[in-house]
Amino acid sequence: MKRLLFLIALTLASPALADSSLPPAYWANRQLPEETKEAQAQALMEEIRCLVCQGQSIADSDAEIAGDMRDMVRRRIASGEKPSAIRAWLIQRYGAWITFMPPSEPATWPLWLAPFALLVAGAFVARARLKTRKQR
Amino acid sequence: MRNLRFLPLALVALVVAALVWRLANPPDTDVQSAMVGQPVPAFTAPAALPGKPTLSTADLADGRAKLVNFFASWCVPCVGEAPVLAMLKQQGVPIVGIAVRDRPADLLQFLSDNGDPFERIAFDPESRTQLAFGSAGVPETFIVDGHGIIRLQHIGPIEPGDLPGLVKAVKDAQ
Repeated sequence: MKRLLFLIALTLASPALADSSLPPAYWANRQLPEETKEAQAQALMEEIRCLVCQGQSIADSDAEIAGDMRDMVRRRIASGEKPSAIRAWLIQRYGAWITFMPPSEPATWPLWLAPFALLVAGAFVARARLKTRKQR
Repeated sequence: MRNLRFLPLALVALVVAALVWRLANPPDTDVQSAMVGQPVPAFTAPAALPGKPTLSTADLADGRAKLVNFFASWCVPCVGEAPVLAMLKQQGVPIVGIAVRDRPADLLQFLSDNGDPFERIAFDPESRTQLAFGSAGVPETFIVDGHGIIRLQHIGPIEPGDLPGLVKAVKDAQ
């Protein structure tokens, strides 16, 4: 009997959620009525990193704070602010880390140059291989 | 060319070693605010509770260094942090609160259960003030000096062991 009660209690138990009980912010999951503005907001939301699910953009994340960030982005775009200004505002607070489009600065140059360097290295390897094959 | 025979194996070993090292030393996922060293951002927020004054940018530059605590009634670590905040208040550290995504009734219950060390509490139902501070969650605590410059960010609950350091940091910020 005790075991049965325990099992029933287990199935009824709900996980302790680290979330508030408030509904999502107004513009978190609502599109702006103006199509061009919604497109602008969407593009920005796809390149801003969620603060808690850090591999996801705020457009993809279900976290509450991501919803609040979408609400903020849409509100500001609706009031006429430029996406670049909103991006700059976020970078000022969280660093360049917050965007998936890191600005080009000396620390990120290797990142931008790596594909070209690898291509050139690959070309050299391919050339060497083809040469030896011909000689045979 | 002979000597290069083991190069692929060595590369694989290197990659495996790097992966094992990363597994053993997980990266720090805390989001540091870039606002440390900057003036408090301009914000306005309504009062969270009747009879409790709210908080504005001007209140944070009133000549006294203080703690700005982002908390919420739904945040479990905030319950653990509450007695430590009470100790800080006892030691004369002014504390103001920002209640993130909260409801007045829940907040009232939280304060009557866990004590109320706050001089002022601002209401932040859509995390706007939190975002303005460059904060990423609750609980988080900022030390703001008397001129309204953010001096320090403490991520996560304040543990009893953090007490002396924080008291000193507030004194230094005075």
